[in-house]
Amino acid sequence: MYPFDIVRPASVAAAAAALASSGGRALAGGQSLVGAMKLRLAQPGTLVDLSGIPGLTGIRRDGDAIVIGAMTRHAEVAASAEVGRAIPALAALAGGIGDRQVRNMGTLGGALANNDPAACWPAAVLGLDATVVTNTRRIAAADYFRGMYETALAADELIVAVSFPIPDQAAYVKFANPASRFALVGVFVARTAGGVRVAVTGAASAVFRAGSVEDALSRNWTAAAAQGATVDAAGLNGDLHASPEYRAHLIPVLAARAVASAR
Amino acid sequence: MAGPSAVAVTLTVNGKPVTAEVDPRTLLVDLLRGPLVLTGTHVGCDTGQCGACTVHLDGRAVKSCTLLALQADGADVLTIEGLADADGTLHPMQAAFKECHGLQCGFCTPGMVLSAIDLVRCHPGADEATIREQLDGNLCRCTGYRNIVKAVQLGATAMTCQGTGGSAAGTHVPIRAGQGA
Repeated sequence: MYPFDIVRPASVAAAAAALASSGGRALAGGQSLVGAMKLRLAQPGTLVDLSGIPGLTGIRRDGDAIVIGAMTRHAEVAASAEVGRAIPALAALAGGIGDRQVRNMGTLGGALANNDPAACWPAAVLGLDATVVTNTRRIAAADYFRGMYETALAADELIVAVSFPIPDQAAYVKFANPASRFALVGVFVARTAGGVRVAVTGAASAVFRAGSVEDALSRNWTAAAAQGATVDAAGLNGDLHASPEYRAHLIPVLAARAVASAR
Repeated sequence: MAGPSAVAVTLTVNGKPVTAEVDPRTLLVDLLRGPLVLTGTHVGCDTGQCGACTVHLDGRAVKSCTLLALQADGADVLTIEGLADADGTLHPMQAAFKECHGLQCGFCTPGMVLSAIDLVRCHPGADEATIREQLDGNLCRCTGYRNIVKAVQLGATAMTCQGTGGSAAGTHVPIRAGQGA
């Protein structure tokens, strides 16, 4: 690990100021960042530790939405009775991230700021048309994810919470890489007031909506309809784990499984 | 080891207050194994995969190789050395691993035991399939998981009988003041 300075601000404003002045990186749970720093894939000159900032954790219902603080751990979302009642798909997704130890440290905000192309949370944010709330603005899911590890966040902008609209039904099914537990492909399906949404992670450089599956499910919300859709392999990831064609094949298959288990 | 930008961390380790000046890069596992000489916490893969470095941070299992020591500032840390009673009586999960021979070389065992206790806290009545799934943050490279899973099942029963298992999510396993450092 390369040397770095540590800053431990006590407020979001102080953290943003520290990021602006130092050009450093924010540290949430560190389950991606610390590993990347150990491998020297990341080498921030300054780390801005967010753990001492009050008010960034917690889960609450706000009208027709569930609002989750950015520093809330995956394990806390998974165990939340409030989330389990309102959006069980969200609790299940959080409970399937990484492993027990990662879920005990990793945070919602950290995962979204990192935007790993195979991370689970982006699928829920895009699938539910959630709003990413930062210290300066509210960002719609469609505007937030820009590409591989790339988001709409400015260098000194911090996620403070995410607001997930409560859907009629939703589910997330992940085809996990057996070694890393990251999504080889993960599909989040949701029936919402605004229509059917199908978000896919792990299959491309960033999370995206599967239009053909959404069309099929809009006409007929059944597993068979999802399974009957086809997804173009062009632009999808190919690596030693799976070809683009295999990932394209998995998307309707997993969407069908998700529809079958949606609640 | 402390460089010009050393930071102070204050934490509780196995019930004892610890203050240390560390280079910000210091991993929690290196603080434990180095200055604190708590070498029961192992470094296996050093990449956050294998779980041999698992400790409890405020009652939750975490991987101490993927945690900066400064992230444990103000926290209660429990390592395998702090798990048994002061008189040497093993924690029920330790006793279960011994009883079921849930180990071969033993390198993964401290992490397995601490992870298993957290597992039982979250899933008090876990069946075999749930235990296998929920123990996926810990790898054994000797022989397999059959006896490990049996040990977790026995340990879960013993913990529940002793009231250390927790019957609801959010119940903490008590951090015991123990031996070591």
